Amino acid sequence: MRHVFSVAIGPVGFRVGSDWRGPVAALERLYASYPKPQDGIADFTVRLFADRPWRRFFRPKVMIGGDFVLPEAAPLSLEHGLLAAEMAMNLQMALGQRRYLLLHASAVERDGKALVMTGLSGAGKSTLAALLMTRGWRLMGDEFALLDPETGLIHAFPRLISLKNEAIAVMEAAATGGAFGPLLAETPKGAIRHLVPDTRSVAAMLEPARPALILFPTFGHDAATREVAPSEVFVRLTQASTNYVALAERGFTALTRLVAETPARAIDYPDTESAIAQVEALWASL
Amino acid sequence: MATLYRAAPPDSLIVVPVDLLTAIYHRASGQTHLMASPAPEILEALAEAPLDAAALLGKLRAAYDLGDADLAALTARLDELVETGLVERR
Repeated sequence: MRHVFSVAIGPVGFRVGSDWRGPVAALERLYASYPKPQDGIADFTVRLFADRPWRRFFRPKVMIGGDFVLPEAAPLSLEHGLLAAEMAMNLQMALGQRRYLLLHASAVERDGKALVMTGLSGAGKSTLAALLMTRGWRLMGDEFALLDPETGLIHAFPRLISLKNEAIAVMEAAATGGAFGPLLAETPKGAIRHLVPDTRSVAAMLEPARPALILFPTFGHDAATREVAPSEVFVRLTQASTNYVALAERGFTALTRLVAETPARAIDYPDTESAIAQVEALWASL
Repeated sequence: MATLYRAAPPDSLIVVPVDLLTAIYHRASGQTHLMASPAPEILEALAEAPLDAAALLGKLRAAYDLGDADLAALTARLDELVETGLVERR
């Protein structure tokens, strides 16, 4: 690979190799405040390569690869090289992570306790986590929460926050002074713009937190809150984990423990301000 | 001779009650099962020794208030458990 970038995000080290300078330059700028992998050893290697060699110069298309590959991973245009790098890093985590039970969830921390938010794509878990970050919470991650089977603690994975469509304007207004990536228009997921987690979230990224509340947000209804039974939480979290089956008995034990020890609520919310108020009220009632 | 049913050995299962349901991890298959009564009770009753359906019904009746449970219903539940691999016919 002609261009190489490495970074540590929480406890995970990545090495990104690219046929092009562009995506690596964008990663270097956006991850400037992050440390390098410990001892220089990356857990995962990501490759961005031309789908045919001549395409590096002419109508470039970015293919993503690494230790683990999905055969149907579609090529992206070079303007979306940063997105390709982020997707490839996520893919390596989703398929290759064995140390932690990976929950497809966002997480924020306050007073040493973690709020874990999960739900279908579009439920707003990423936007809510980003908004809470601007209101005194530490962002632990907008996409993955790492559950340690040995301790039951949540570890942070504060990669770049991936804002999609309407969330872009919401966060441009809320995170004044925040560091944003370029606006990536017309990606397969619509418009995307990355937001760098704030200084505090990056500085504290190796500090785990005890999970205190599991939240299932749903956007688009009148404000409502309901309790979620542990058995429903268990089923939903097995579905929200990308490596539950791979972790086998460790995954089962970690998840049943999390479900037994952590209260869970589902909230419906009509707008983000309502959601923040509901979260704060729930947190105060714990 | 009546069919005997045998449960997976207790040390091959991790059984965790989760409110009204029971989560069961089956080490042999690596599968997770979330079960409602009477499945966990059936597994427990079959853990010591293989039983046929009639003997199992008697054992369950002695331990639980079974209401209108009958042999046909119990056999249907046993067949479901056989499909999961948690019970085998002998």
